[in-house]
Amino acid sequence: MKLTRALAIVERDLRKFRRSPSLIMVSLVLPLVQLIILGNAFGGNIRNATLGVVNLDNGPAAVTVIEKLQAVYANARTFIPRDYADEGQAVAALRLGRLSAVLIIPAHYSRDVLTRHRPRLALITDNTDRTTAGGVGATMSGLVQALNAPQVPSRDPGAIQLQTVEVYPYISYMKYLLPGSVTLAIFITAMIGGGILYIDDKSRGLHEGYLVTPITKWELILGFNLAGVIKGMMAGAVTLVAGSMIAGVPNFFAPLRLGGLLVVTAFTATALIGMMFFLMARISDPLVPRAIFGVLNTLLFFPSGAVYPITGFPRWLRLISVVDPFTYAVHAYRSLLLKQSGLAAVTTDLWVLALTSALMLLGATAMFKRTL
Amino acid sequence: MSSIGQPASAPAIAVEAISKTFGSLRAVDAVSFSVAKGEIFGLLGPNGAGKSTLIRMLTTLIEPTSGTARVGGFDIRQSPNQVRLAIGVIPQNMTSDPDLTCIENLAIHARLYAMPRAQRYKVSAELLETVGLADRAHAMARTLSGGMRRRLEIARGLVHAPDIMFLDEPTTGLDPVSRFSVWEMITHLRERRGLTMFLTTHYMDEADRLCDRIGIVDNGKIVALDSPTALKTAVPGASRIEVQFAPDLAGGAADLEALPMVKQVRVAAAGIYRISSDSGPATAEALVDLARRQNLGLTSLNVQTTSLDDVFIHFTGHGLEGAKA
Repeated sequence: MKLTRALAIVERDLRKFRRSPSLIMVSLVLPLVQLIILGNAFGGNIRNATLGVVNLDNGPAAVTVIEKLQAVYANARTFIPRDYADEGQAVAALRLGRLSAVLIIPAHYSRDVLTRHRPRLALITDNTDRTTAGGVGATMSGLVQALNAPQVPSRDPGAIQLQTVEVYPYISYMKYLLPGSVTLAIFITAMIGGGILYIDDKSRGLHEGYLVTPITKWELILGFNLAGVIKGMMAGAVTLVAGSMIAGVPNFFAPLRLGGLLVVTAFTATALIGMMFFLMARISDPLVPRAIFGVLNTLLFFPSGAVYPITGFPRWLRLISVVDPFTYAVHAYRSLLLKQSGLAAVTTDLWVLALTSALMLLGATAMFKRTL
Repeated sequence: MSSIGQPASAPAIAVEAISKTFGSLRAVDAVSFSVAKGEIFGLLGPNGAGKSTLIRMLTTLIEPTSGTARVGGFDIRQSPNQVRLAIGVIPQNMTSDPDLTCIENLAIHARLYAMPRAQRYKVSAELLETVGLADRAHAMARTLSGGMRRRLEIARGLVHAPDIMFLDEPTTGLDPVSRFSVWEMITHLRERRGLTMFLTTHYMDEADRLCDRIGIVDNGKIVALDSPTALKTAVPGASRIEVQFAPDLAGGAADLEALPMVKQVRVAAAGIYRISSDSGPATAEALVDLARRQNLGLTSLNVQTTSLDDVFIHFTGHGLEGAKA
């Protein structure tokens, strides 16, 4: 095997990559745009939901409820209370989408509070929007808990209290999403550079030009994969740096962490490029990689825990995440970026990515034909 | 199995009963022939005749179903990499990368032959000079015209100084000026470098002009193989004459068959005759004399020597257009 022949393929691919601003833009910009848009769109607190309030009581306890609602509006702004004279109008407005929820303070509420006769408040929510309904519901639960709290705190030493301590500084959703975005950047580079452009070149007959030279099958496979890994690592590195700046990852440039991130990026790029080369080994129709791009993206990105924790998935989706190389890349990046743990914490991830690379390259080698 | 036209000297290419089958289609059927060193050898045939399949087997791009060939002294099945080192290939498709410059295309191709960096850029620059593209060295290949792009392909095929060049339909899709330029380059390369050239074409004039010997391919078989002159001689009647009398001859075709050197007469329409003759000028003179003797007008007289089209029709029974696509 002569390395220089494999490097000829690498040289060709990198020169083409450098001259493809659209490819660079798509590989780097899309994951960053996604990071900014999704990072801000998801994971934030609900604000400015409209809450219809139907006060059928007007007693002192009802006034206390209204005061608490105004306090929420003035501070957290989870919702903006709006008065409604009767329940029918408020529910109609809810159904028309003008309100996110309706709070009903029933008649005799104050009397029931004073007589401790099971006082009730009713919250009607628009559960077509579970996130807003959940946010308003959680705020109202807190509000009711505050209403129930004794005026004088209990001094019972036997009362159980739960104190929650967060190990890491506040993690915004954008930071949570960053590992997925970096992995996505590498995947897009693999998909476009290693998939779409590879098949386009093949269908245009460009491969025929080097199949008539003495380059061996192994040198060709090494060349294609090495070129893909270098491009994938470049895309991953740029997204890591830019994404960390945008998301505000603290202490990003610590040398040890950078070293770890470089290792994870290399392993991820090798696994994803290997997978792409395996999938494309026998394909010659340029429409195929384009057609499977969206499917692969959905199948690999979302089950990986990049946007939502895997623990929330049904069993069948968790099984997909187990065999999805994205899962291990996302976990490794998350460990290094958000938890600042060393490589020891990502050993399993690296092993799985290495095993994936080996299996994919073996499969691709078996499938790849040196002839037309 | 065809086994025609074996040259006496050690051949650059020796094809032995080679066949290729795709499913039920036998694209190349037990073809045998050889090409001498320094010869320009052409395979002439319509699209789908099996020319490209044959050239792809000889350049190791596809494996034969049966039979084999020795190219540059190496067996294409047993030593494909040795064959690849001995040959330069200009495939039918443009295989130079449109997103690389001309010199990059050549230098990267040279790297595939493990040529050292300094040498590959030197050789590439020299080859661009040879093919008249020195001033476009740093232009992207996609900006070249069809003819220039083909010349770049030829330069790329020469980058490792091969002994044998394979050109698969080198002028297909080119305008007449570019075709002429490619023809000149092929002739020039043979004269200057002593290369053996193996080309396929479906242009009769191209084969006639360039090739020392031509193999006529039809339905995967070589049906005739010889020099263009010898192939033309094999067709009865060296000349084709079309003549029109007004009014028609008194004795019809019989009057013409009696003329000297006439081999065959066909009636194309009333008063119009197509004649095969061993001597066009002598028969034309006799036709003028006949018209004068019978007091007839000679409306038209067209004399043509036998072309490769006639040869193709003679050996295959149909023209290029009538062949299986």
